[in-house]
Amino acid sequence: MDIQLKRGLLDVCVLSAIKDGDSYGYKIIKDMKPYIEMSESTLYTILKRLELAGMLTVRTSLHGGRLRKYYHITKAGLGRIEDFKDEWGEVMSIYRFVTRD
Amino acid sequence: MTKREFTVRLGGMLSGLPKRDIDERISFYCEMIDDKIEDGMSEEEAVANLGSIEDIAAEIREGVPLVNLVKEKIKPKRGLAAWEIVLLVLGSPIWLSLIVAAVAVVFSLYAVLWSAVLSLWAVFVSLAAVGVAGTIAGVILIFTDGVLTGLVLISGSLVSAGISILAFYGCRAASVGAFYLTKNSVPLAKRMLTKKGEVNV
Repeated sequence: MDIQLKRGLLDVCVLSAIKDGDSYGYKIIKDMKPYIEMSESTLYTILKRLELAGMLTVRTSLHGGRLRKYYHITKAGLGRIEDFKDEWGEVMSIYRFVTRD
Repeated sequence: MTKREFTVRLGGMLSGLPKRDIDERISFYCEMIDDKIEDGMSEEEAVANLGSIEDIAAEIREGVPLVNLVKEKIKPKRGLAAWEIVLLVLGSPIWLSLIVAAVAVVFSLYAVLWSAVLSLWAVFVSLAAVGVAGTIAGVILIFTDGVLTGLVLISGSLVSAGISILAFYGCRAASVGAFYLTKNSVPLAKRMLTKKGEVNV
């Protein structure tokens, strides 16, 4: 798959994994697993990119005597998901045209 | 491998990277290992589940910009003493010119590589131009200077056109080679800047 396209898709996947509530690294990977397999290094890179782009914020909380990072989606992140839904309609219509009989 | 062994080994493999990057990465992986253990895995299973440590280190290195690696490499590990600063300033005509020379050498290597590719393309274009123009001129010559002269020019031009087709594939291969060389020089430089820190546990 085209690397730029894949990168954009994975960004939206991660944003979507935190859209209903704050989540942490391991849970994000676990929630996405039925749909897409993602390595820890890939997730780290995506989380960092999304944080720099202002699409999510990070907070550290105490959990079971250790620190855990929680990721919170921002307005910009939610906007990115909405943009993706709009763009995808267009992609699907191109796909239908390409695969027509 | 235990969590501690994993972090020490990964830290060693990333030793050329900025310290903040290493600490952040290691704490990210530690959190992952702890969460996997909490989910029912043993410590060894949790570490093994992360995948090969060499792949992890390679992926991290690729993600760090080359500029940051160079900055980290030249950053002094401790504060400089006054006499060291004086020496640095006094020695600046030497080390500054050495740095400028090193940058110039790298730049000229790229320039030489791409000029060679460019000149190959110039050869291709001229061969093709001779092929086309010569054939047209040959046709004109048939009417002005006689059939024989015209045919000689046309045949020569067709040979040139034929060589140009072969030259095109050569040029394309040279461009692809130069592109990969340019593209891979950055990861290669990254590996050279970080590999020294590898440790085995």
